[in-house]
Amino acid sequence: MKSAPFEYLRPKSVAEASVALGRRNATTAAIAGGQSLIPMLNLRVALVDLLVDLSRLDDLKVVTRTPDSLWLGALTTHAAVEDGKVPDVFNGLLRRVAGQISYRAVRNHGTIGGSVALADPAADWPSCLIALDASLRIVGRNGVRVEKVADFVHNSFTTSLSAGDIIMGFDIPSPTATLRWGFAKVAKKSGAFAQSIAVVTAQGSGGPATAVLGAAGPRPLMLAETAKNIAAGETAEEQLRAAIAADLAAHFKGTDSLDAYQVRLHRANILRAIREMRSQ
Amino acid sequence: MTALTIDLNGMKVSDDVEPRLSLADFLRDRRGLTATHLGCEHGACGACTVVVDGVATRSCLALAAMCDGRSVQTLEGLRTDPTMELLRHHFHHAHALQCGFCTPGMLITARDILLRHTRPKDMTVRHELSGQICRCTGYANIIKAIIAAGEEMAAKAAPAEPAPEPPEP
Repeated sequence: MKSAPFEYLRPKSVAEASVALGRRNATTAAIAGGQSLIPMLNLRVALVDLLVDLSRLDDLKVVTRTPDSLWLGALTTHAAVEDGKVPDVFNGLLRRVAGQISYRAVRNHGTIGGSVALADPAADWPSCLIALDASLRIVGRNGVRVEKVADFVHNSFTTSLSAGDIIMGFDIPSPTATLRWGFAKVAKKSGAFAQSIAVVTAQGSGGPATAVLGAAGPRPLMLAETAKNIAAGETAEEQLRAAIAADLAAHFKGTDSLDAYQVRLHRANILRAIREMRSQ
Repeated sequence: MTALTIDLNGMKVSDDVEPRLSLADFLRDRRGLTATHLGCEHGACGACTVVVDGVATRSCLALAAMCDGRSVQTLEGLRTDPTMELLRHHFHHAHALQCGFCTPGMLITARDILLRHTRPKDMTVRHELSGQICRCTGYANIIKAIIAAGEEMAAKAAPAEPAPEPPEP
């Protein structure tokens, strides 16, 4: 349970970090909170030649609120969000999501940027950020680019990051009306990896709605039919069940199909999130 | 090798370490501070919890090199901490340990709970403690001890007007 040897570098600037991460003929990894990467290194499922420590880069710690959006620097910790240290633009959704990630000692160090960069299918932030239509800004060898989180996460532990890329932070658009939301998670115990994550949102009543299911497939899934029903203010449970069934059928076909238990698990979890949203 | 200087239990400590050395191994093997126990070494059991820059931290999930310039407190360094004194008394009184392997992590986490929650109730303590594994006690007495310590702490702080319990998670 000890990591293989690696070189360690603590760059003074994002530019220096990007050059180091892009080093030729070397496997490099960025570390922020390290709450996923360090166990992966210890278990030797991740092997790196060079570890680049981003945790002291102040440019990645910026949190700002504009009329249009909230900017969360990549190094924002789950605990900072849980404790309400970032502006609450989303009616408490971010706080709720942050407070249920792993355990407090892990939340004290784990970061939102690290969570999204790793793209663990069972992670909470990717589903939440996709439901909020967030974008992320990435600095790399070819300059700066902006991507939707939904496009950034390609597959299980696979993103559009390439060597030398660093996530600066997330731009989350402010809702136009009070955000109503539901967040439901099924895990074998509190703090354990989720088996199902459901995030649903609606702006005001009758405004645009989103529904995202995490931990079900290799990446968070947009539930289009379910969202349409939420936006239309549908309350009949039978109708919602049919919409969820249609979404699950669209995402899971052939050999990827869910077994009966998984269908019931995800459906119950999505309905729980919808109920919570409706109570707001 | 990477040079580091850490404020360790109030003392400046400098060393040269391999980058892959965890904070836990640094504490135990290089500094002889063996109150920090290693159970799972991947963040699941909580036995190795210490305090880094004032916050509870899994020392198996921190590299010693990344703690350069930071302050680290282990159970040894919290001997005279008033919250810890109170917790030690209640752990003893409620028989909140058997083999004692998880106890250092339990005590540091319990202190963290009491510093963030006034008069925590059963469900708050259970939720907050869910990252600490104990294989002997069944947790009941640990939870009792933490609740009792929280009551005593709150009574000492404001005997006339008890603070409200924060919402249960």
